[in-house]
Amino acid sequence: MRTADLLGFAVGAARGNRTRTVLLMLAMAIGVAAVVTLTALGDGARRFVVREFSAIGSNLVIVLPGRTETGGINPGSFVSSTPRDLTVDDALALQRAPAVQRVVPLTVGNSELSAGGKLREAMVVGTTAEYIDVRQFKMAQGQFLPREDWNRGSQLMVIGAKLRAELFPNQAAVGQFVRVGDRRFRVIGVLAATGSGLGMNTDELAIVPVSLAQAMFNTHTLFRILIEAHNRDAIEAVKRQALTILQQRHDGEQDVTVITQDAMLATFDKLLGTLTLGVAGIAAISLAVAGILVMNVMLVSVAQRRSEIGLLKALGASGGTIRLAFLVEAALLSAAGALFGYALGLAGAALIRAIYPSFPAYPPDWAVLAGLGTALFTGVLFGVLPARNAARLDPVTALARR
Amino acid sequence: MAAQIELQGIERVFHLGDSVVHALAGVDLRIDAGEYIAVMGPSGSGKSTLLNVLGLLDRPDAGHYRLEGRDVTTLSPDEQARVRSQRIGFVFQSFHLVPRLTAAENIALPMVLAGLPAREREQRVRQALAGFGLAERASHRPDQLSGGQRQRVAIARATIMQPALLLADEPTGNLDRATGDEVVRLLEQLNAGGVTLLVVTHDAALGARARRRLLMEDGAIRHDEWQGTRAHAHG
Repeated sequence: MRTADLLGFAVGAARGNRTRTVLLMLAMAIGVAAVVTLTALGDGARRFVVREFSAIGSNLVIVLPGRTETGGINPGSFVSSTPRDLTVDDALALQRAPAVQRVVPLTVGNSELSAGGKLREAMVVGTTAEYIDVRQFKMAQGQFLPREDWNRGSQLMVIGAKLRAELFPNQAAVGQFVRVGDRRFRVIGVLAATGSGLGMNTDELAIVPVSLAQAMFNTHTLFRILIEAHNRDAIEAVKRQALTILQQRHDGEQDVTVITQDAMLATFDKLLGTLTLGVAGIAAISLAVAGILVMNVMLVSVAQRRSEIGLLKALGASGGTIRLAFLVEAALLSAAGALFGYALGLAGAALIRAIYPSFPAYPPDWAVLAGLGTALFTGVLFGVLPARNAARLDPVTALARR
Repeated sequence: MAAQIELQGIERVFHLGDSVVHALAGVDLRIDAGEYIAVMGPSGSGKSTLLNVLGLLDRPDAGHYRLEGRDVTTLSPDEQARVRSQRIGFVFQSFHLVPRLTAAENIALPMVLAGLPAREREQRVRQALAGFGLAERASHRPDQLSGGQRQRVAIARATIMQPALLLADEPTGNLDRATGDEVVRLLEQLNAGGVTLLVVTHDAALGARARRRLLMEDGAIRHDEWQGTRAHAHG
């Protein structure tokens, strides 16, 4: 049989059995669409988190008080058992490390803000002028905290966009006063709205000099120290140098944890990659179900078409020709179904993106390839197996079954 | 001249549950090229089985079948398919047209399966459609055709590969008398053109038209009559 005739015959057979064709393609399409959409969801989650992390700033090393892993025995272990606080002086000392570009101390607490008779609970962040550079914020109005002595801050405040809208709905915020506890802060700037930022919504922050925040919260300790390395390659050096300096300052005890943004990213990446795989597994099950559906439909259809197969044999078709005709038909149907499902899956992913614009739900290439490949394979396999059996029958047996 | 068809001791046994049915029990038969034969007999006498064995649709359990001097019982299924494609045409009682294909496509099917080039197919189909009075019906599907037209399409399909042997199983069984006669005349014309014609039928009138009649009973040929005169009988 010629190739063009084979194709024509397969298309004719597919169009002649509309119900079967539609069922088959639907099963295929649903399986592939499930794979595409679900992996888009999983991979979208991964990308979302990665992007959130990247939004904190670049080339960051984060120092937090306390130790989460043992560093062996050192002289300090015998002297004290409680970790020392991270202090502003620690942060100042870290500025001496050669690989360090910027150091930013961070104190965080919740407080009640009042302005013009309005009261609002907000997260107050105590930090320094460099914070804006490290976090790469943009100002909407006014300016950020001025550079000044870390231990003697002025009573100035920078607020997030949402806070501004709520405290000063109908007036310019810059120049106004906000009361926090028994202190009054002059608002000198408003941050541009960003929306996200890993747990801390920057739009709802009130930023004040670190020394004042510590005084308000009555503490000497810092929540975090953010260190920015000169470049990506310097990150490891920064980590090492920071640990050495802090160990010296803390009587030889390693009582801080230094994490790099990359390490966090890698962990989350791995975690969410696993999640995507899990989701892909669920999708694979739906694909397998689709394959079994295809097999059932094909079994029934071949049984129904036994007489046709018998007739073709009587007219001189060899077993090979019949197998080939069914193979082409199954391949065409699965390919059409798989492509239809791919389009459906893309549409599903696009719908997710339309509903949650910040969620990058794109199916990963490997999932698309695996989905399409599995669909084609199962479709062809389950399409051909029953046909093979039918092609082996003696023509008279096949003809007799109507 | 060697016989076109030679059957020697052909047996075909079916197992139905515990009982064993000898559909063909030691059939010997010689058919020369161009003969016109009617196979008659009661239901279950083995007529259709004989036709299936002759058409290589069914394999005998014992015996030898020589077609044009070649033993075809030992051929592989694919070689048998080639013989069916080139040498044998079938006409069935229920036409066995492919419902989704048009009359022209049904007629072309054996050539498509044999891999003939499209241009030659078109030419032959056009000739066949004209020859069988179906030119107006070329693009109709079987369900848009009358019974007689369907059987004419089936005959056109059976002869499109110019076979040497035309096997018809109750070709008029699903047709009324007038249409049946028309179909029979068509088959006889083909026979007059040199094709060996073997018709299985219940219809005595149809049987009487054949130059040779085989009467089957219990899987054996009881009477072998030529032109109305008894020639010889197998016991």
